Amino acid sequence: MLKEEKILSRPEILTGKFSFCAGCHHGTINKLIAEAIESLDLREKIIAVIGVGCCATMYGFWDVDIINAPHGRAQAVATGLKRVHPDKIIFTYQGDGDLAGIGMHEAIHTANRGENITTFFVNNGIYGMTGGQRAPTTLPGAKTSTTLSGSEGAPIKMCELLETLSAPAYIHRVALFSPAEIIRARKAIEKALYAQMNNKGFSFIEFLSNCPTNWKMTPLESLEYVKKMTEYFPLKVFREPQ
Amino acid sequence: MVIVAMIASAGKEAMMSEKKFMKGNEAIAEAAIRAGLNFYAGYPITPATEILEYFAVHLPAKGGVFIQAASEIEAINMVYGAAAGGARAMTSSSSPGMSLKMECISYIALAELPCVIVDIMRGGPGLGDIQPAQSDYFQIVKGGGHGDYRLIVFAPSTVQEAYDLTFESYSLADRWRIPVVILGDGALGQVKEGIELREKSSVLIEKPWALSGAKGRKSNRIVPFNLEPLELEKMNLALQEKYRAIEKSEVCFEEVNINFETELIIVAYGTCGRIAKSVIKMAAENGLHIGLIRPITLWPFPCDEIRYWACNFPNKKFLVVEMSAGQMIEDVRLAVGDDKKISFYGKMGGVVPTPEEILEEIERRVLC
Repeated sequence: MLKEEKILSRPEILTGKFSFCAGCHHGTINKLIAEAIESLDLREKIIAVIGVGCCATMYGFWDVDIINAPHGRAQAVATGLKRVHPDKIIFTYQGDGDLAGIGMHEAIHTANRGENITTFFVNNGIYGMTGGQRAPTTLPGAKTSTTLSGSEGAPIKMCELLETLSAPAYIHRVALFSPAEIIRARKAIEKALYAQMNNKGFSFIEFLSNCPTNWKMTPLESLEYVKKMTEYFPLKVFREPQ
Repeated sequence: MVIVAMIASAGKEAMMSEKKFMKGNEAIAEAAIRAGLNFYAGYPITPATEILEYFAVHLPAKGGVFIQAASEIEAINMVYGAAAGGARAMTSSSSPGMSLKMECISYIALAELPCVIVDIMRGGPGLGDIQPAQSDYFQIVKGGGHGDYRLIVFAPSTVQEAYDLTFESYSLADRWRIPVVILGDGALGQVKEGIELREKSSVLIEKPWALSGAKGRKSNRIVPFNLEPLELEKMNLALQEKYRAIEKSEVCFEEVNINFETELIIVAYGTCGRIAKSVIKMAAENGLHIGLIRPITLWPFPCDEIRYWACNFPNKKFLVVEMSAGQMIEDVRLAVGDDKKISFYGKMGGVVPTPEEILEEIERRVLC
C-alpha cells in the first residue's frame, strides 16, 4: 500500500494572499525567506523591516513582528531595532530604487558599521510600484517610462561596491531563473540569517529579480532577461562569513 | 510671579537633589539619561552638538546605546526603529538638521511611537548662522512634515526648565504615544547655569505594541500607511481624537504680573519669555503695568488663557516678541480675535532682542 507523507507545505508565517503580480519573483523570494526562518526556528525572534515599493504590502501576509520604513531608510530603522534588541534577528527587505537609489547612504553606512543585520536586496532594475521608471540598476539600452529611447549610463553594482568595505561579513548575489538558482538562493538566505545568529555582522543577499508587468514581458521571457542581467551582474559569493 | 499651570504629569516629588553648573544642552542630555533613556542617535550640528557629545561620554556608562549617525536622516530613522522596539529614544539637532528629519517624524507620528526630539534653533533660512533664533516655530509647531499630525512641543526658557521638561517629556511621550519636541534656541543650549538635578521617578509603562519578536503572542505590526482611503481616514480620525484629548489636558504656561491693572500683556516663549521678565521689571520702575503669558507648551497652545484676558478685559493690549519675522503671532491672533490689539516685535538672523529695545518699543509705539 502506498503511504502518503506531506514533505512540503506553505510556511505558516505566510498567512494571507500575496499582493504581487503573476510571475513576479517577489513571491518566490518571500516564500524562500519564510521557509528559511521556519527551518532555523526563528519565527519568535524575527523582526522584519520593509522598504517602500512593491514589498511595502508584506505586512498584510507576514505573521511576524514587522515595520514599514520610510523610503530608503530600512537599514537605519533596522539598526535602531537591533541595538535595542541585540538577541533578535532583524532583516530588511528592499528593492533597487529603495536601496541603491534613495537609500544609498544607508546602504553604505550600515554595511560599513558592520551592523549585525541581514539585508535582502531585490534587484529587478526598475521602479515597479510606480509603473516602470529607470532605476540605478537598469541595464543600458532598457526602455522604461523615463528612458523611452533606452537607458544610458552604467548600472550600480551593489555587491561589488560593498565588497570594497572591510566590515560586511557576507555578500552574495543570487538569481531565481531556474530551480538550481532558487535552491542556491534559499541556501544563501539561510546562511545570512545563520551568520546574524552567530553575531558575524552585516550580511547582504542580492536577488536578481524580474518584473514581467513593467518590463512588458511574459514571465518566461522575463527569466531570459534575468539571465542576460547576469552578464553585467555576475552571480557569485563576494564574501563568505568567517 | 505666579505659575498658574504646572505640568499635569509631574512625577513623584524630589527625593534628593544635586546641584550642578551646566550648559542647557548638557542639562537636556542629563535629564534624558535620568529619565531612563535607552537609545540616542545624533549628528553634529552647532549649536546643539554638546547633546551628542554628552551622550557619547555618559549614556553607554548607564547601559544605553549611543550612535553617531552618518546623517540627520539616519539618526531620526534609527530613533524610529528603537522607539518601535519599545526603547526610550532620543535624537537632537538644530534647524537645518530638523528640516532633514521631517519625513521620518511624520512616519513616527502616524505610527504613534513615543520619542523625544530636541531642536536647538539657530538663524535661518538656508545654512543661516549658528546664533539663537526662534524661526522653526512654523516647522515644529505646525507640522514641517507631510500630513495632518501634531507633536507636543515644550519651550523651556532656562536651563533648569530645560532639565525639568526633558525629564517630564518621556512620561508624556509614552502616555500619549507621540513624539515630544524640546524646542530651545542657541542661547538656551549654550548658556551655563546652576541647576538642581532633581531625582524623580520617571514612570515606566508597558508597551504591548512594541516589536520584540512575536514570542508567545500575536505578531505586532507598525505600519504607518494604508492604501485604502477609508482606512487611512480612520487612522487620521483616531489621531485627531488623541490630539483633542491632549489639547484638553496638557496645556502648560506661565503668567507673570497679570491682573486688572495690566495694560499690556507680552506673549513670548523660551529665551524671549525670559527677556520679557526683565522688561516687566524695568517697566514697573517707569510706572508701567506690563504682564507676560509665556507658553511652555507651544502645542497644545494656551489659546483659552489668552482668549480669556482678551475677551474679558477689552482694554488690554498684546505684544508678541519673537526671534523670528512673526510666527507664533498667528496663534496669538487666533486667540485674541482682534488684530488691532496686537503688536509685534521681532529680531531675525540670530539677533537676540535686548530688554531696553523692547521697552523702548513699548513706550514709543505700543502704549503711546
